[in-house]
Amino acid sequence: MQIVNAPHALYAMAASLAVLLVATAIGHWLAKRNVSKDYSELNLRIRSWWWMVLMLFTVLSLGQTPAIVFFGFLSFLALKEFLSIVPIRLTDRRVIFWAYLAIPLQYYWVSQQWYGMFIIFIPVYVFLFLPIRMVLIGDTRGFIRSAGILHWAVMLMVFAISHIAYLLTLPVQNPAAGPFGPVLFLLFMTQLNDVSQYVWGKTFGKRKIIPNVSPNKTWGGFLGGVATITLVSAGCAPWLTPLTAQQGLLAGALIAVSGFFGDVVLSSVKRDLQIKDSGSLIPGHGGILDRLDSLIYSAPLFFHYVYYTAY
Amino acid sequence: MRLVKVLFFCLLVKPLVLLLLGLNLRGRERLPLSGPAIIAANHNSHLDALVLMSLFPLHLIHKIRPVAAADYFLSNRVLAWLARYCIGIIPIDRSGKAAKAQLFAACHAALDAGDIVILFPEGSRGEPEKFGPLKKGLFYLLEDRPQIPVIPVVMHGLGKALPRGEALLVPFNCDVMVGEMLAPSALCTASLMVDELTRQFKALMTQCLTRSQNFDSDEYL
Repeated sequence: MQIVNAPHALYAMAASLAVLLVATAIGHWLAKRNVSKDYSELNLRIRSWWWMVLMLFTVLSLGQTPAIVFFGFLSFLALKEFLSIVPIRLTDRRVIFWAYLAIPLQYYWVSQQWYGMFIIFIPVYVFLFLPIRMVLIGDTRGFIRSAGILHWAVMLMVFAISHIAYLLTLPVQNPAAGPFGPVLFLLFMTQLNDVSQYVWGKTFGKRKIIPNVSPNKTWGGFLGGVATITLVSAGCAPWLTPLTAQQGLLAGALIAVSGFFGDVVLSSVKRDLQIKDSGSLIPGHGGILDRLDSLIYSAPLFFHYVYYTAY
Repeated sequence: MRLVKVLFFCLLVKPLVLLLLGLNLRGRERLPLSGPAIIAANHNSHLDALVLMSLFPLHLIHKIRPVAAADYFLSNRVLAWLARYCIGIIPIDRSGKAAKAQLFAACHAALDAGDIVILFPEGSRGEPEKFGPLKKGLFYLLEDRPQIPVIPVVMHGLGKALPRGEALLVPFNCDVMVGEMLAPSALCTASLMVDELTRQFKALMTQCLTRSQNFDSDEYL
């Protein structure tokens, strides 16, 4: 039980459970006070948050290897969801089968802490291999489009998400935070950023940033979210990560800005396909991509920032 | 026999559908929980019947019976054992030689026993993820049992996961859209029923998440 020896990680988990308790109470209070308005969507969302948080904490408390397997499984669900909504040719099925096989390998490199392989496996080897498999099948109509879709899918859903797992294996520099501190930090800040950009946007948002992609994203929401996360992470970073408070400021800004772009990049995909949700795995949220979108951008950027500054 | 089917669905089909496939399910509450009833679904893959059956609780699984081609499923002994005991198909003769009364005898027996019968009005799996013309068999099956409810279901994505002629299962999410029970007026004539069912199938198809609408070319699934 690595987690018991890391008091700060435990405090962070307790704090997030407290936040959820408050959110649940507010949700029920709103529904009771204002019967005419429908809050079932909000309460469904909060209930799904409980499931996600409890699942994550259970997996983390089981130790490093189960946690790596868990993130590998998230990659699988994300890749499957992405490949299910994008258009593919019948002949791409066999290539996609190989793309799935990249997941266990990539997470194996993570578990072995083989950084060199972890960082080049998908951008070099998988990148070169998938078109080879396509050529051997020999369907050249739509070749470029399929190759592009597949590379993009594997980079976003496997390579980017596997950075969360690699954070778990970095040598512990902040003993009070333990091996899980940086991961908890990244996940909390990214999700808190989503929520706070939404709340700031609802309260102060007027001018839209990119109306063609996401009509709900406003400058007020974006700047409010970035400011909030920058400040909160300056406070939390020394507790949960090897970073100092000043470095935490930059880490917060990085997570907030990249989280925003992850969100709108995946929104563009859905808009292109003319769908609202990418799946229905998480009640009240949509598919798993609707929850992982920000993380796909913030995880690799935060990882490399920590890796560069502290290792 | 019932135990074999329960174990098959509990240990193999349900976990497979949950982990390897993953469903976008809408309208589950419209599925009948007691027979006799007919579920009319589009057909793209061998997985269609298994996915539909996996939506039902295990204590009902022995009552759920898909109608399947005798010439295909009873063609060899291993497949026949699987089809009869693990899945519990109602075999149907597609050769066109059997008399109408004879053709539906097994279906009628199942319906009279209160089973929920799964039927694919397209008649065969056809091209992956393409919607084929509906046949009139369902109408003749219901001719002297007009009170039996017919629930249309559209599935999309399984033709990618396991299309006709392929043995390699590749994981994809799949949509299962359950529609409204067919109105009795739609069951007056065969062509009326085909029209109404086609209309419902097309309407349900537009709700599917995994069906991209912007790549119009026929080659994309």
